[in-house]
Amino acid sequence: MTARLRWRKLVSAFMLTMTGICAAVAVSVLFFILGYFVYNGGVSINWDFFTKLPVPVGETGGGMANAIVGSAKLLLLASLIGVPIGFFGGIYLAEFSGNKVAFVVRYAADLLNGVPSIVIGIFAFALVVHPFKRFSTIAGAFALGLMMIPITLRNTEEFLHGVPRALREGSMALGAGKWTTIMRVVVPAAYRGIMTAILLALARVAGETAPLLFTALGNQYWSPGWNQPTASLPVVIYNYALSPYEDWHRQAWAAGLVLLGLILMVNIVARVILSRGIAVPRS
Amino acid sequence: MATSSINVPSAGPVAGSRSFLSKLRSGDEIARLITFLFAASVVLITLLLIYELWIDSALPRHKFGLSFFFTRVWDPIAENFGALPFIYGTLVTAGVALSLAVPLGIGAAIFLAELAPQKLSDPLQFFIDLLAAVPSVIYGLLGVFIVIPVMRQWIQPALKSSLGFLPLFQGPAYGVGFFTAGIVLAIMVIPYIISVSREVLLSVPRDQREAALALGSTRWESTWKVVVPFARTGIMGSIFLAMARALGETVAVSMVIGNTPTISSSLLSPGYSIAAVIANEFAEATGDMHTAALIELGLVLFLLTFILNGLARLLMLLTTQRGSGTAQA
Amino acid sequence: MQASARPALTVNLKPTGIVNTSRETIAPSSMRMNISKVNFFYGEKQTLFDINMGIAQNRVTALIGPSGCGKSTLLRTFNRMHETVRNARLEGEILLDGQNILSQDVTQLRRKVGMVFQRPNPFPKSIFENVAYGPKINGAKAPIAEIVEKSLRRAALWDEVKDQLHKSAYELSGGQQQRLCIARGLAVEPEVLLLDEPCSALDPISTAKVEELLVQLKDSCTIVIVTHNMQQAARVSDFTAFLLVGEMVEFNPTPQLFTTPTDPRTEAYITGRFG
Repeated sequence: MTARLRWRKLVSAFMLTMTGICAAVAVSVLFFILGYFVYNGGVSINWDFFTKLPVPVGETGGGMANAIVGSAKLLLLASLIGVPIGFFGGIYLAEFSGNKVAFVVRYAADLLNGVPSIVIGIFAFALVVHPFKRFSTIAGAFALGLMMIPITLRNTEEFLHGVPRALREGSMALGAGKWTTIMRVVVPAAYRGIMTAILLALARVAGETAPLLFTALGNQYWSPGWNQPTASLPVVIYNYALSPYEDWHRQAWAAGLVLLGLILMVNIVARVILSRGIAVPRS
Repeated sequence: MATSSINVPSAGPVAGSRSFLSKLRSGDEIARLITFLFAASVVLITLLLIYELWIDSALPRHKFGLSFFFTRVWDPIAENFGALPFIYGTLVTAGVALSLAVPLGIGAAIFLAELAPQKLSDPLQFFIDLLAAVPSVIYGLLGVFIVIPVMRQWIQPALKSSLGFLPLFQGPAYGVGFFTAGIVLAIMVIPYIISVSREVLLSVPRDQREAALALGSTRWESTWKVVVPFARTGIMGSIFLAMARALGETVAVSMVIGNTPTISSSLLSPGYSIAAVIANEFAEATGDMHTAALIELGLVLFLLTFILNGLARLLMLLTTQRGSGTAQA
Repeated sequence: MQASARPALTVNLKPTGIVNTSRETIAPSSMRMNISKVNFFYGEKQTLFDINMGIAQNRVTALIGPSGCGKSTLLRTFNRMHETVRNARLEGEILLDGQNILSQDVTQLRRKVGMVFQRPNPFPKSIFENVAYGPKINGAKAPIAEIVEKSLRRAALWDEVKDQLHKSAYELSGGQQQRLCIARGLAVEPEVLLLDEPCSALDPISTAKVEELLVQLKDSCTIVIVTHNMQQAARVSDFTAFLLVGEMVEFNPTPQLFTTPTDPRTEAYITGRFG
């Protein structure tokens, strides 16, 4: 073997090892994050955390019950806004539309998807907060709902496309109209995929902080109804982390653990279901 | 009652009259219309968003015009607004983030696509997809309680003592700043670079790699000189995507950047980004001009990410065309 | 380049093109490569069974047989390309100039034994850079531009591309791209050139050009070609090996194999009784 060849092989082995290190570093970040949260947050999770309201600044104790409920309300309302638009819009794209309209709608959805979440917050502010001169759960839910639309739309369309033609034709051949076919045959066939896509969309917006900062704002107390500002997990974590109080830091870790845990769990379950490819029956 | 009775073969609804059929047909028409409205609403919302951003930023646009982008001063009281420090901070942190994330990300993608057996590559990719799902505020928490102290105690002093002759690493080390924000951003965008680059690399036709190997290349040579160049358009796309993400990132950055509208050549200096200033000042903006100036910043951010995402999409389109258009008789 | 007299292979040598019905045993020409007792496995499944043959120097050897018979698999063992597949396992001995290729450094081996693939696969670079790739990484002594020109001439492509060397290789037609791949393979001056169905993606005119090229090349190179086109094998090669379901059924000089095959299965194949 010539010296040159020896050198080339050395370079090859070295560079390939380096890429392995890159991959190891990237993946270990995940485990590092998880480990840290379990360690720091695990100690602070107790019953109080889930049931009590925050105590006045500087005092210890208290919990995040209002933030948890607030987040739940926001997500519920956001789904009511985002899912129907995404779902029925996706049905239109997959079952009814022509190519040009489909292109425009998809392009708009992709555009919306790429808008930074803080800009979505500005939009929600302009549309919901400003005219009524109040921060509210509705405004926050509107922002989050908007962010759910593109994910739901694209995935609904894709999973509906994945349903084999044969199923549709079988149904129509029995005399069923197009809408009946869609709702009774095609959607049920793609149901699993669409559900997991919605779950993924929820998981994505559950962690969003920026769009809530000036729409739902925040609240130290319970937020009755839908027209008041409300606390939410991500915003509380944000505020507590930046505060100078040790106790709030501790609670921020706990809340982070809860948020992270829920989001990761939903993601893992959703991805496992999707990767098994059982969302659509093969003909 | 219609005079003709239509005989329809057995199964299914017996269509005995024209009126039933037409009802059926119009049922589908209604469905088409309703679903169309939902789909159209997506387009309307998007257009409305752009419209609102434009209209609501009219005040400062008319008052400051283009000088908005070049003025350093950000004074809500005197109603004098200049976006330069925020644009600077946004670009600098994105630059730091990319210079860290791109080599690491592409390296990891090469490992996952070229070297790792599928049994290893798929689970690793799964974990990386999970990383992309971690919310920004979580990264922010880690940034505040881990990265900042580490920067302040070890890394920044080390950088100052070893590279302090460069203006990049001068000045007091607070822990926060452009560099810290860049590091946190890098961690956040790496998963995107890895996922997209890995996919693009996997789609490079096998015979490219084989041709290189058959000419006596080492594995690294075939990867670096043939496979990666073949995938370079897609990889560029992934970088643009990552950059768009980095530009729009709000919470994690605002937690570690220091939130001071400074323009400094030092990476250790605290700074500000467009998204961070909007996040911090919007809820309590003093007066319409202030709010409108923040909205104009939002418009700038929107345009930047719009262009980058558009470029990324264009590049991805070019990659898929290239892959299928090689040898023609 | 010593003649290795291996009595295991009684190969009758005749110059190409001359049909000789009598079986004279001429002194065996030197064998560039010797393949003995080769068995090949994909995981548990065996795809090549006890292959024994030789590749004669400065001659064209063709591997023919129906789809799935293992001819490409066999070809790819000659430059150890089978190692790019994870579950592939090779048993037996393959010698290049007397040395076992399995114990050599693989990068070095592949410089000596080159390969041209079924579909043209030029790199996304210019015509020049494609041909220059091999010499550059291997550290060529002569100036690169000279090597590129020489290789393109050997591949009968120079006149067509000499004015557009810096254009992208993808702007060439399919037939030109394949000749470019041949030039690229020749640029590292291999001792043996393996071609895996090189004309199957080409139109008849390009095919004719490539076949002509191969016959010319053998003066400076040893050629092994896999082809599913029997007429091509008959036109181009000096020796032909017929494989069936992983077994080497017959290995003889081409004129003999096609006119008086020794095995009935060979006869059945070449008369088209199965495809």
